Amino acid sequence: MAKRLDAKDLNIYYGKFQAVAEVTLAVPPRNVTAFIGPSGCGKSTVLRTLNRMHEVTPGARVEGEVLLDGEDIYAGGVDPVDVRRTIGMVFQRPNPFPTMSIKDNVIAGLRLAGVRDKSRLDEVAERALRGANLWNEVSDRLNKPGGSLSGGQQQRLCIARAIAVQPAVLLMDEPCSALDPISTLAIEDLIAELKKEYTIVIVTHNMQQAARVSDQTAFFNLAGVGQPGKLIEIDDTEKIFSNPGQQATEDYISGRFG
Amino acid sequence: MTTTELERPARPPVFHHLSTGRKARNHLATVLVSLAFLIALVPLVWLLATVVIKGWRALVSPDWFTHSLKGVLPDQFAGGIYHALYGSLAQALVCAVIAVPIGILAAIYLVEYGRGWLARLTTFMVDILSGVPSIVAALFIFALWISTFGLEQSAFAVSLALVLLMLPVVVRSCEEMLRLVPQELREASYALGIPKWKTIVRVVLPTALSGIVTGSMLALARVLGETAPVLVLVGYSQSINFNIFDGNMTSLPLFIYNQFTNPTAAGQLRIWGAALTLILLVMLFNLIATVISRFSAIKTK
Ligand SMILES: Nc1ncnc2c1ncn2[C@@H]1O[C@H](COP(=O)(O)OP(=O)(O)OP(=O)(O)O)[C@@H](O)[C@H]1O
Ligand SMILES: [Mg+2]
Repeated sequence: MAKRLDAKDLNIYYGKFQAVAEVTLAVPPRNVTAFIGPSGCGKSTVLRTLNRMHEVTPGARVEGEVLLDGEDIYAGGVDPVDVRRTIGMVFQRPNPFPTMSIKDNVIAGLRLAGVRDKSRLDEVAERALRGANLWNEVSDRLNKPGGSLSGGQQQRLCIARAIAVQPAVLLMDEPCSALDPISTLAIEDLIAELKKEYTIVIVTHNMQQAARVSDQTAFFNLAGVGQPGKLIEIDDTEKIFSNPGQQATEDYISGRFG
Repeated sequence: MTTTELERPARPPVFHHLSTGRKARNHLATVLVSLAFLIALVPLVWLLATVVIKGWRALVSPDWFTHSLKGVLPDQFAGGIYHALYGSLAQALVCAVIAVPIGILAAIYLVEYGRGWLARLTTFMVDILSGVPSIVAALFIFALWISTFGLEQSAFAVSLALVLLMLPVVVRSCEEMLRLVPQELREASYALGIPKWKTIVRVVLPTALSGIVTGSMLALARVLGETAPVLVLVGYSQSINFNIFDGNMTSLPLFIYNQFTNPTAAGQLRIWGAALTLILLVMLFNLIATVISRFSAIKTK
């Protein structure tokens, strides 16, 4: 079940250093939101606060609210484990579990949550691998180690692993940056497919990619080194790329800086 | 600066012949390094050769691995090290059963949970423990086990002293192995909604397993030859004793030490035979460690 995500007045810190200031944004369900902006402006940091992954870093902390269908995931008593089960994440570098086979990687989320039913696990593995457009390539070697796949296949394996637990939201941090153009296209097609069922937020450095896959685009920027990153604007992708509201956005998109 | 200047390569593309001086220095360094290697090898080869030459006859005698010295006279070459082999293995295994789980748990604490003063204190204690000489560990257990608790000397007391010596090695090697597991794997697991403890048990530990096994086996091989604890904490026996909690029990180092006072040819042969057996045992453990780590290593193909 896709859900909507609202971030309100996020101030995000690493120890004493404030990395991001006053970010407010809304991500509607069944919609792709792209985060763009120069390196170091806090895109990954914001993304990681959306599923409470940020607090895994020692000393990191967050002020503000993140609402999942109106429910604050940072409210007292909310278990971050539950939050992350509902809001999945795909990382920049493919990171399959090296000790597990392809199939075990895909069903890791369910199996480690205690699901034992073998036929159900098989079914989920196949559905997730088909969903990640990987089934045809690996169906004959499901018991081979996950690390034996190519980089692009590994990344799709990680996507399969993330969607196998059926999250409501899928966060992707530069999922294509380590991939060749063909694998990139495969993943972009996949995102277009996944959009029907999931709410997706994707960080990318590739403007064309943002333009191709996303419905709305958020542009982040930072005033200078040591300053916190800020959300400059968020709007429909078409509008951001044709007629942005801010000069900085236009400069960035047209390649005048960053 | 003109453009032509910028276009010129930073260094003209000319290859110089090696100068004589550099060749000479290269030769000198090669000779020195090879020499150092040979010098390091000499005592090792010498030691191995001596032990093999003086001890092999004991190992091929029919009763060596199957009999103890029960009823054997000092100058009579008969019987074997069956009882000492059992003693060494039993003491080392009991030690491993205690030290390995504690060591792994401590390493997990240090790597995955430890923050602040308690972690620093633990690291500090492990450092100190790894510098404790074996005789001090033995005397400590003597003071605790025998003087304070009033218990008898036994093989178990030896195992306890060995635990003190093995623990820091296990903690250290496990800690290193756990730190080698990429943070990305932990995050990938958290992102699936898997709790931290389960991530450690099902993702982090399996990934580090081969290194942990190797480290523990090497630590075990190391304590097999420890002599001070067996001199202080258990009595010598000519015959086999299966009970680690009661009575005298000989181990290989103790066997060697005891036969040292036996000036006869039979005693000499027993010393070298036991030394060779001990070396082979340690090698066997190292071999097992290698094989296990081969098998549990992460396969990519
Ligand atoms: N673990 C960390 N500890 C301390 N500071 C960090 C940490 N991770 C990121 N930062 C800082 O937070 C700021 C934002 O980093 P972030 O990784 O979110 O940038 P980004 O927009 O994702 O950049 P990129 O496009 O290069 O991935 C940077 O100034 C960075 O140095
Ligand atoms: Mg980033």
